[in-house]
Order: sequence, then C-alpha cells, then structure tokens
Amino acid sequence: MSFMNWIDERYPLTKVWNEHLAQYYAPKNFNSWYFFGSLALLALVNQIVTGVWLAMAYKPDAELAFASVEYIMRDMDYGWLIRYMHSTGASAFFIVVYLHMFRGLMYGSYRKPRELLWIIGLVIYLAMMATAFFGYLLPWGQMSYWGAQVIVNLFAAVPIVGEDLSVWIRGDFVISDATLNRFFALHFLLPFVLAALVFIHIVALHKVGSNNPDGIEIKKGPKGNRWSDSAPADGIPFHPYYSVKDIFGVGMFLIFFCAVLFFAPAMGGLFLEAPNFEPANPLKTPEHIAPVWYFTPFYAMLRAIPPMFNSQFPGVVVMFASILIMFFLPWLDRSPVKSVRYKGPIFKFALGIFAVTFVVLAYLGLQSSTPTKTLLAQIFTGLYFAFFLLMPWYSTIDRTKPVPERVTQ
Amino acid sequence: MKKLIAVLAMMLVPVAGLAAGGPAVPLEKANIDLTNEAAIQRGAKYFVNYCLGCHSTQYARYQLMKNVGLSESQIKENLIFDGSKVGDLMKIAMPSEYGAEAFGAPAPDLTLEGRLRSEDWIYTYLKSFYADPTRSFGVNNTVFPNVGMPNILWELEGLKEAAYKYEVHEGAHTVATFESEAEAQAMVREKGEGLKVVKVVDGFNKISEGTLTEAEFDQVARDLTTYLAYVAEPSKLERQRLGVWVLLFLVIFTVLAYMMKKEWWKDVH
Repeated sequence: MSFMNWIDERYPLTKVWNEHLAQYYAPKNFNSWYFFGSLALLALVNQIVTGVWLAMAYKPDAELAFASVEYIMRDMDYGWLIRYMHSTGASAFFIVVYLHMFRGLMYGSYRKPRELLWIIGLVIYLAMMATAFFGYLLPWGQMSYWGAQVIVNLFAAVPIVGEDLSVWIRGDFVISDATLNRFFALHFLLPFVLAALVFIHIVALHKVGSNNPDGIEIKKGPKGNRWSDSAPADGIPFHPYYSVKDIFGVGMFLIFFCAVLFFAPAMGGLFLEAPNFEPANPLKTPEHIAPVWYFTPFYAMLRAIPPMFNSQFPGVVVMFASILIMFFLPWLDRSPVKSVRYKGPIFKFALGIFAVTFVVLAYLGLQSSTPTKTLLAQIFTGLYFAFFLLMPWYSTIDRTKPVPERVTQ
Repeated sequence: MKKLIAVLAMMLVPVAGLAAGGPAVPLEKANIDLTNEAAIQRGAKYFVNYCLGCHSTQYARYQLMKNVGLSESQIKENLIFDGSKVGDLMKIAMPSEYGAEAFGAPAPDLTLEGRLRSEDWIYTYLKSFYADPTRSFGVNNTVFPNVGMPNILWELEGLKEAAYKYEVHEGAHTVATFESEAEAQAMVREKGEGLKVVKVVDGFNKISEGTLTEAEFDQVARDLTTYLAYVAEPSKLERQRLGVWVLLFLVIFTVLAYMMKKEWWKDVH
C-alpha cells in the first residue's frame, strides 16, 4: 500500500476511484435501459481504436482514397475486420445513443437538476453527427461524394452569405481533394473532442447523481446503507455492482454487434450503401441520394418543407430547429413527476407517437420522394414538433400517479 | 413499456424497404457457391480471357487466386498475359480516354461489381444480350438498356433476338398486354386519352447457335459471376467462419457474465 500512498500524495488516484466508482452510489433499481450509457462509451472507444488503425493505411487524397480503403479490405492483415468494426461501429454508436436518449425521455432524466447533463449530452450528439458526416466522405465512393455535396449545399441556402459559406466549408467550388483532406483532419480531431465531452458529461452526472426508472431523487431519501451511513439508502456502489452488470450488458451488445459485423456488415445497404462501392465521380449523379440511416429523420424533415421565395432555407431552418428544440426540453416538461411510470396517459401516448414519428421519418428519409411520401413527411414533421411545443400544455393537464417514497424493484 | 420497446425494435425494419432501384426486368438467380474453388478458378480463366482486355479489377492482385488453390506458376501460365508479376494489381493497358472514345464511356472497373450491383444482376446481365441493329455494336441488353458493351461472349452463346410484347400504359400502370402491336394500337385508338403503347422485350429467340449448349453457357455465366463475387469481397468466407467462433465465445462469455452478476447482486434487495 505504500506505493499507493506515494501516488496518492502526488495524484488523487484513490480519491478519484472512490468518488466515481467504488463510492459512487447509483440507484439500485436500474433496468436494461441503463446499459446504453456504458455501451455508448464502448462504442466511442471502438471507433477511436479502429479509426486510428485505419488511419495508418488510409490516404486522404481524392486520387488514392478509394483504393486505399480497398487496400485495407484486401491486403492489410485483418484490415477487413478493422474496417467493418468501424463502419458497423458507427451505426451501432448511433443506435445505442438513440436508445440512451430515449431512456432519458422516458424517465425524465433531463429534468431538474439534470438540465445541464442533458444539454452536454446533446452537444455530444451534435459532435457525433459532425464526426459521422466528415467520416462518411472518406471512403470517397459515389454516396460519400454526393451525400456530402447535398449536405454542404444546405449551407449554401443561408441567405446572403450562403454561397461564400459553402465554398469556405468545401475549400473549393465543388467537393474535391481539398474537402476530403480537411474532412479527414476534422474526422480525426472530433473523436477526441467527443471523449472530452463525455468526460464532462460524466462529471456532470456524478455531481447530480443518476436518475432511475422511478424518477426519484435517492439523495433526498433516507440515508444510510451497508457501505456508508451518509450514502443514500437506495444507492449501491457503482463498482462492483454496476461494473459487473455492465459487463453482462457488453456481452449482450457484442452478440448483436458481431452478428451484424460478421454476417451482414452492409446490413442490406443500410450500414454500407451499395453505390459507395463505386468511386466518387463528380460527373455522374446517382439516381437516388440518401444520407446514412442515422441522419434520415432530419433529412426527411428538410425535404418536407417546400422551398419558399426560391430558397431551400426554410427547410434547413426546420431541420436545425428539430435538433435545437431538444435543448429546451428540460423547461418544456411541466409535469409534477419525472418518470413515465407515474406520468399520465397523455404523456405515454405522446411519447409513443414520438417514437413512431422518429422511425417513420427515418424511413421516409431513405426513400426517394413522391407526393404521398412528402405529405406523410410533412404530417410527421408536424407531430415531431408537436411533441415538444405542446408539452408545456399536455404535461400540465395530464393525470399523474403518486410517486412512491423509495425506489421500486 | 413493452410497446415502446417494440416500437424501437421497428427502427431496424426499414432495411426491407431499401431494395429500391435496379433494373425493371426480373433477375435470374445466380445460385453461386463461393466455396466452389474450381468455379472461381474457371471464372478467373474466363475473366482474363474475355473481360480483362477492357475491364480492370485494379483493387485485386493476381495472387488472390492463390487463396482458391492455384499455385504461383499456374497463375503465371494461365492468368497473366501482359508480363505482370503475381503480386501486381489486375490493371488494364487501355487508357480511359480510348475507352470513352470507343464505347461511349470507359469500361468500368469490376473489382466491386458484385457489391455495387448483385450476383444475380451480373448473371442475368451476361445472359441478356440480344441483337439490336440500332446499336453501334449490334446488340442491346435488357438488364442494362443501351449498354455500350459488345456481346463479348457471343461465340460461346450464339446470337439471340428479342421477342416483344406490347403493353398499354396509363401513367405508371400497365392496363393491358398484347402479342401484336396492331392490337395494342387499336385499344389506344378506342379508349384514347392518356394511354400509350410501350414495346417490351418478352424473352429471346436463338438466331444462331454458339459453340456451347445453353446449359454449358449458363455454367460459364455462373462461373464468371462466382469469380466476380469472390473478388468483390475475398474475405467473405473467412469473415463468416471467424464469426461463428466469435459468436460462440460471446454467448459463453455472456452467460458467465450473467452468472457473475447474479452472484454479486445476491445481497441487493
């Protein structure tokens, strides 16, 4: 122990270990939805580690990029495995994070005192989307190229400065070698920003303490458990209880992840799109351009809004608003209770509709637009915003159930 | 709660709706077998003899065929005609400018054709050339209409001409189908407004025999398809083999992890 003393006198290692793991008291009633936080961390680590290995062979050059990916897939030892871990990992990261966010919606994890925790989480989500967007250009396939073209052109729709802004982003008048090079630089940088944001997210979480499926503040409940007289009675130490539980969660996740990775890495064109097996060709526009599935709910909302005054800008505003509105969620929910368990039928209905809306919009964003599908996208865009904008009203009139004093099992 | 989980599970459903696009003609099943090394070897032979003049597979190396049972000297003697080394990429000498001039567009690289299109697409495409005097090479293709490629396998297959049927369309819908153009035109004259006749290929008739029987030619097309499917993702079989072991390990790991969790949590009430 003298070695640990030597360290502790110079660095608070034992203190950090205790504060964040061995003596961090988490509510004892977490259910399976609480796996997705640690799984998101696992997904991030997987992306960083495989990404660094890919970067050792990848060439961010319009002439060489496509061939270098094929070099990784064919000539590098287990290159195909690392590349599929990265491409499948990207989709897995979003699936896990969407479920993590949905958990927050269900149990009111965004409510006071966790407003800032929720907001930091949304910043992480934005950084993830930026990272994924930059990364998707790198294989330099047809869908990489034209997908990036469509998204960068959104910025061109901004009034007055739009054209200059899009040229500034691309570093050229079209997506080109200059764009690829800077996207690679940013794609390499952002994961480390993400890691820093995740650190801040966890610091914020450990300040306020974890929420739980009952939405009860265990810190406000009775004190004293087997480990400490001052700890919440309904809390158990994160380590070893939740560390061993999360290892089981990791096992479950990896079974699904590896099933896709080894047996359907393209996921029927959803995780790796078929047109991306053709090198980028600026002179040949693909029949149908769709972003990767995790962006399509927002893409559907973008397309749902018709151009006004000869400008796509209103659609762009709606798309960004659909993400920005989530930042206000802590103040839109006026319900006296946090968790869906004690909220009334209106909230349950609204949350169900919201989940369906998100899935339907994701589906519509993948399809080429037809008048019927555009109308559907408009209706569901309305429902998406209604969930948030009407919340101050429906969360007040809803009939809630009494919240128990202590957490339930 | 159960409903919400079901709803989230549905997030994976749109996979089914993705198969959109592709040619209008139904594709024949290629029924290839990637474990059949002889088929891949034969496909490689056909590929270097008939295709590699114009189509590169420039992300793959000749030595890839070592993985399907060919020796270095077999590769040199049977597959390499341009003095390339066994470790070289399978490039072509034809400059893309020449390809563009001769065929309207440079012949595409085929390394990833099996993933860009599909196995069934390649198989059906190879079998769907028919005589069409309006095209510069005298042939057309039902899978890839107005393709700039000549029917390179015609000596093996023989020549075919298309049999047509005549569909009466109203917008995007087919309202009637006729054997003869006259009948279709008659219906349009009668019903009038908004209808139009569309000439559609409906099968083929042989006009000259090739050196192979139909079954033999199907096998050539299947071998070529097998080869291209293999080249598109050489690691596919290894991936699936490894995947079985990984999943077996993970299942055991997860069961043990669950038991460990149960043990630790015994005293939490």
